[in-house]
Amino acid sequence: MKKSVFLGAATVAGLLAVAVSAQASTLDDVKARGELICGVNTGLTGFGAPDANGNYQGFDVAICQAVAAAVLGDPAAVKYVPTTGETRFTALASGEVDMLARNSTWTFSRDNDLKLDFVAVNYYDGQGFMVHKDLGVSSAKELDGATICIQTGTTTELNLADFFKANGMSYTPVTVADDSEAQRQYLAGACDAFTTDASGLAATRATLPDAENHIILPEIISKEPLGPVVRHGDNNWGDIVRWTYYALVTAEEKGITQANLDETAATSTDPETRRLLGVDGDLGAMMGLDAEWAKRAIAANGNYGEIFASTIGEATPIGLARGLNALWTQGGLQYAPPFR
Amino acid sequence: MSNNNASFVRTEMLGSQEPPTSERGAIKWVRENLFSSALNSILTLLGVAAIYLIISGSLPWFLHGVWNASSMGECRQIVADNYGEGASGACWAMIHERWHQYMFGFYPRELYWRPVTAFALMIVSLAPVLYYNNRRTDTVMTGVVSVLLMLALWGVNTPGSVFAAVFLLFAVIVAVARVAPKYLVWVTILFPAVGFLLLWGGSVWSPVGAMAGFVLIGITYSLTKDRLGVPVGTGVGVIIASIWWLFIQSHVTGPLASAMNLGFEKVDSDQFGGFLLAFVIGVTAISASLPVGILLALGRRSDMPLIKALSVGFIEFIRGVPLITMLFTASLLLQYFLPPQTKFDLILRVIILVTVFSAAYIAEVIRGGLAALPKGQYEAADALGLDYWQAQRLIIMPQALKISIPGIVSSFIGLFKDTTLVALVGLADPLQGITKIVRADINWKGIYWEPYIFVGLIFFVVCFSMSRYSMYLENKLKRDHR
Amino acid sequence: MAIAATTPKETFRLSMLIYDTRYRSYTIQFVVLVLFVAFLAWLLNNTIINLAAKDKDINFSFLFQRAGYDLDQQLIPYTNDSTHGRALFVGLLNTLIVAVFGCFFATIIGVVAGVLRLSHNWVVSRLMTVYVETFRNIPLLLWIILAFVILSETAPSPRDFKVTDEMVAAGTEPAAHMILWDTVAITNRGTNIPMPYVDHHIGTLNFLDVPFNLTVAVALLIVLAGGYVNRIINRRAQVIQETTGVRPTTWWQSILVLFGPLVVYLWAMGLHWDLPVLGGFNFAGGINVAHSFTALLIAISLYTGAFIAEAVRGGILAISRGQTEAAFALGVRPGRTMQLVILPQALRVIIPPLISQYLNLTKNTTLGMAISYLDLKGTLGGITLNQTGRELECMLLMMAIYLTLSLIISSMMNVYNTAMKLKER
Repeated sequence: MKKSVFLGAATVAGLLAVAVSAQASTLDDVKARGELICGVNTGLTGFGAPDANGNYQGFDVAICQAVAAAVLGDPAAVKYVPTTGETRFTALASGEVDMLARNSTWTFSRDNDLKLDFVAVNYYDGQGFMVHKDLGVSSAKELDGATICIQTGTTTELNLADFFKANGMSYTPVTVADDSEAQRQYLAGACDAFTTDASGLAATRATLPDAENHIILPEIISKEPLGPVVRHGDNNWGDIVRWTYYALVTAEEKGITQANLDETAATSTDPETRRLLGVDGDLGAMMGLDAEWAKRAIAANGNYGEIFASTIGEATPIGLARGLNALWTQGGLQYAPPFR
Repeated sequence: MSNNNASFVRTEMLGSQEPPTSERGAIKWVRENLFSSALNSILTLLGVAAIYLIISGSLPWFLHGVWNASSMGECRQIVADNYGEGASGACWAMIHERWHQYMFGFYPRELYWRPVTAFALMIVSLAPVLYYNNRRTDTVMTGVVSVLLMLALWGVNTPGSVFAAVFLLFAVIVAVARVAPKYLVWVTILFPAVGFLLLWGGSVWSPVGAMAGFVLIGITYSLTKDRLGVPVGTGVGVIIASIWWLFIQSHVTGPLASAMNLGFEKVDSDQFGGFLLAFVIGVTAISASLPVGILLALGRRSDMPLIKALSVGFIEFIRGVPLITMLFTASLLLQYFLPPQTKFDLILRVIILVTVFSAAYIAEVIRGGLAALPKGQYEAADALGLDYWQAQRLIIMPQALKISIPGIVSSFIGLFKDTTLVALVGLADPLQGITKIVRADINWKGIYWEPYIFVGLIFFVVCFSMSRYSMYLENKLKRDHR
Repeated sequence: MAIAATTPKETFRLSMLIYDTRYRSYTIQFVVLVLFVAFLAWLLNNTIINLAAKDKDINFSFLFQRAGYDLDQQLIPYTNDSTHGRALFVGLLNTLIVAVFGCFFATIIGVVAGVLRLSHNWVVSRLMTVYVETFRNIPLLLWIILAFVILSETAPSPRDFKVTDEMVAAGTEPAAHMILWDTVAITNRGTNIPMPYVDHHIGTLNFLDVPFNLTVAVALLIVLAGGYVNRIINRRAQVIQETTGVRPTTWWQSILVLFGPLVVYLWAMGLHWDLPVLGGFNFAGGINVAHSFTALLIAISLYTGAFIAEAVRGGILAISRGQTEAAFALGVRPGRTMQLVILPQALRVIIPPLISQYLNLTKNTTLGMAISYLDLKGTLGGITLNQTGRELECMLLMMAIYLTLSLIISSMMNVYNTAMKLKER
C-alpha cells in the first residue's frame, strides 16, 4: 500500500518537475569551447576519411574546416566525430555534434519529422547502377529479375524499391553493411548490379583493377541532394553554416582562390566581392561574426571549385566530373544567393 | 645360488628382449594413437586431409606476401612480377604502414609511450591480486614486464628523458617486488588515477581529487562503522564523497592546478582506437563492474525480499538483452535519460553501459563463488559472533573471490572479444572500425583478408594466453582447497 | 509484523530502526526503495524534458505505416508495401530461425568435438583442440565476416553453371556443377535448395495476415501422432520386458508407425520437389538461401559449438573414472560405455552451461548486422529506426523482445533441467 502511494507520488512529482531549459545558442557554445564538433562519415573515400596520421580529409570535411575557420579563425579547430548511418541524426539532435557534414540526403521527412535543418546542398547526387560489361545490359530498365547489391539503412533502398515498382520489374536485394563490402560483393559476382549514389559508383569504379570492364548505366533513378545538416531551431547557427558554404560558392563564381585571396581583397573593385571579403559593409556582424569570416573560410581550403578539384575532382583518383555541381553560370546547379 | 653348478641352470639372467617392432617407438605410437581401429583410421585420414587442404590452399598466398609497398596496386604489381600473372599474394605492406593505427587508433604518435607504460603498470597492478605476494614470482614477473616495456618504449621512439624516468620507476617497482612484495598493492590502489593520467593526460590534480573522494569514503567509514554499521556508514561516506566530487573538488583542484601546473598533454578520448580502445573499454568495465557485481551477488543472496528482487531483476534484464542493444543505448538513448546539457563523449558512455552490462555477468560469477563455499564457513563465521559484514569481509569474500578469479578472467576474455562490437556505433575498434578507415584510403581500397588475419591473430594471442593462465590458476586454486 | 509478534514485550523505539538488526533490514529496504523510485522518477523526468526539448513524443504508430523497403529473406509474405510492424515480424522470424538452427547445429558440433577431444586418436584430439581454442579466442564478429567472405568469394557464379550449345558441341563441361544429384546449387549469390511442393492443397488459414499452410500443419499432426503411438509401443515393450525378461522386437513397428502414415499422406497429396533451375540472371525455382543467413549460421554454430565442446568435455571429465572402469569390467564396449554410462550422467553437468550457451547464441544473432543479415536488429533496430528516426521506441521495443525471448528460452531449459535432475531420496 505504502509502496504504491509512494510510487504514485514520486511519478507525479517527476511529471510536475518538467521544465524546458532554454538552450544556449550553438554559436556561443562553439566559441566558448574553442572547437567545432563536426559529425563525419566513419570512412568514405574522397568525402571524409582519416589518413595514416589520423587527419580527416575530404570534400565534406572541408565544409567543417571552412565553418571552423569562419567562426573560430582556425580551420584546424575541429573535432571530428565519426557517425554511422544509424547514429548520425541522433548525434546531431542530442547536441553531441554541432553540425553534420556527412553525405546525408535532404528529404521531407528528415527535415520535418526528425527536426533537422538541411542548410544547403554541397553535392547534387543521384542514385545509379553499375554493372559488369559482359552482362550485356545497357539500361536500368533491363534489370528485371536481377540481383542487386544495396547498402542498408539509407534512402537508396527506398529509391530502388520505388524504381522497380514504377517499372513493373522485380529484383532480389542483397543487403550489405557498407560501401567497401558492397564493392567486394559486386566484384565477387554476388550481385549483377551495384547501386548507390553516382559519385560513390564513380569512386568505386575508378579504383577497380579492371575499370574498363564495368559500366555505369545512364539512368539516375533519384535525386540525392547531399548537404550539411544542423539542428532545427537554432536559426543563427544554421545561417552561419549556410552562408559559409555560399561564400565558398560565390568565391568560385567571382574567381577568388586561396592563392589570390589577399590580393583580391586589396585590389578588387567588385562591390559584392568587397562585401564578401569584409572590405566594405558589415555582413559578418549580422550573423554574430567579424568582418573577415568569409575570407578565412575561403583561405582554409580554397573556394568550392578548388575543394572539389582537390578532393574528388577529375585530377584525383576518384575522378568525378563537376556535372550538376558546376556553377550555374556553367550549366550546373550550384547557385549562391547574393551577398547583400 | 652361487654353489649351484648344474650346467643346465643359467647363472645369469638373459637381458630382456626388444619388444616387437610393432610394439615400440614411433610405430607403436602411430598404431595406438592413430590407427587403433577402423573408425580411428578413417578419422585420422580425414584429419590429415583437412590439414592438407587448408595448408595447400593458403600457403602460397602467405608465402607470396609483400611487405614493402605503398598501395594495393603496387602490391598486386609486385606479386605479379615475382610470381607471374594471376598469382595471389598477401599485402602485408598495409599492416607495415598502418600497424600503429591498429594498436593506438589516432593517439598522437609522439605520446605512444603513455599507453604502453599504462599497460605495463596495469599488469604490475594485477600482481597482488593474482600472485598472492609470492616474492619470487612477483620479482620475476615485474622484471619481465619491465624488460618488455623498455623494448616496447624503444620501439615507439620514446624521448630519452621519458625513457629514463620510466626506467627508474620500474627499477623501483622491481626492487619493491624483491624486498617487500606486499607494498606492490600500492601500485594497484594508485593505478586507476595513474592510468587515467597516462591515457587521457591533463592536470595531475583532477585524478588526485577523485582519489581524495575515495579516501573520504574510507575515513567516514572507519569513523562511523562501529556506531552506524557497515551499510549506513558506507552510505554516509558515499554521500560525503559525492558532495566533495560534485561541489567542492573543482574549487580545490582548480586553484591547485593554476598554482602548480603539473600534468601531461591532454588527449581526447575520440583519439583512442584500435587495441588501445579495446583494452581501455575491457579493463575499465571489468574493474569498475567488480564492486557493483559483488554487491549484486550479495543482493541476490540477501534475506531482504526487496533487495533480492531488485538484484535479480537487474541481473536478468541485463543478461537477457544483447550487448549491441546496450551499445546502441549508449549511443542513441542515454542522452534521453540524462538531464539536458549533460555531455559525455561516446567512449565514456560506451564504457558506462559496458560496465553495467558486465556487472550482471560478474555478479553471476561471484554468486557461483559464494555458492561453492562450504556451508561450514558461514556457520563458523556465525559461531565466532561475526556480524554479516564482518563475516563477508573476513571469511566469505576473500575465499569466494579467490574461487571466482578464473570466472572473472573468462568474463574479461568474453568482454574483450565483444569490444569489437563498438564499431557498430562508430568507434574505431581494431576489427572493423580501423579496417574501414584503412579501406577508405584510396591506396588501400579493396584490401580484404590481411587486416582480419592480423587482428584475429592478436586477439588469439591475447585471449589464448589469458585463458591458459586462468586454467593454470584454476588448477592451483583446486590444489589449495584440498 | 511476524517478527514484532514473536518478540518479547519490548517497547519499540524509533532508534531501533537503525541499531536493532531485526528492524534495520526494514530501514535499509525502505531507503533502497526510496532511492530506486527516486532514480526511476529522475530518469522518467529527464526523458520527458528531453523529448519536449526535441519536440518529439513517444509514439508507436510508425509500426502501422508503409515500410517501403525490401528484405532479402522473408519467411512470411512481405513486400515494400507492408508495414514497419510486419517488417519487425519478418525480422523476428529471421532471428528465430537462425537461433533455432544455430542451437541445433552447435549442439551437434559441440558434442562431437567435445567427445573427440578426449579421443585417444592423437591427430583427431589435437585437431579438435585447435578448433576449440581458435574459435573460443577470436571474436565471433571476425568468424561471421570470414564465413561470409569465403562463401561469396569461393562459390562459382551462376554463369559458370550455364551449358551453352557450343559447349555441347565441343563436349566440354561447364565450370561448375550442382551438388547432391543436381538438387542443390551453391552460387556466390546464395544457396538454392529444392522446395517441397504438393499438388493438392488443403488450404491456408490466414491469422493476423500470416498465412498458415494447413497441408504442413496436417503433416506435423501426423508426425506427432506417430511419435505418440511409438511411445505407447515402446512402453508396452518395456512392461513385457520387465515381466518376462524378454524384449519383443519392435523396431519394424516403430518404423511403420513413425513413417508409414506420413509417406502415405505425402503421396496422397502429390508431393514433388521444385528444383532450382538456371534461368536469366540467376537460379530460379526452389528456395534461395541468402549467404548472409548461411554464413551467420555456420559461424555462430562453429563458435558456440566450441564453447559447448568445452562444456561437454568438462561434463565427461567430471564423471569419475570408476564409472568407465565399472562399465569395462562388465564387458561393455567403449562406444556403448560413452553412450549408456558416461553421457547420461555427464548430461546433468552439461545442461546448465548449455542453457547459457543457447542464450548467448540467441543474443549473438544480432551480430548478423555486420553482414547485413536482416534480423530483428536489422529491420526494427536498423532500417526502420533509420527511416523513421524513432530511436527511443525502436530500441525499447527491441530490448523488450530480446528479453522475452531470453526469458522463454531460459525458463524452458530450466523445466528440462529440473526434469533431468538426479532424483535423490
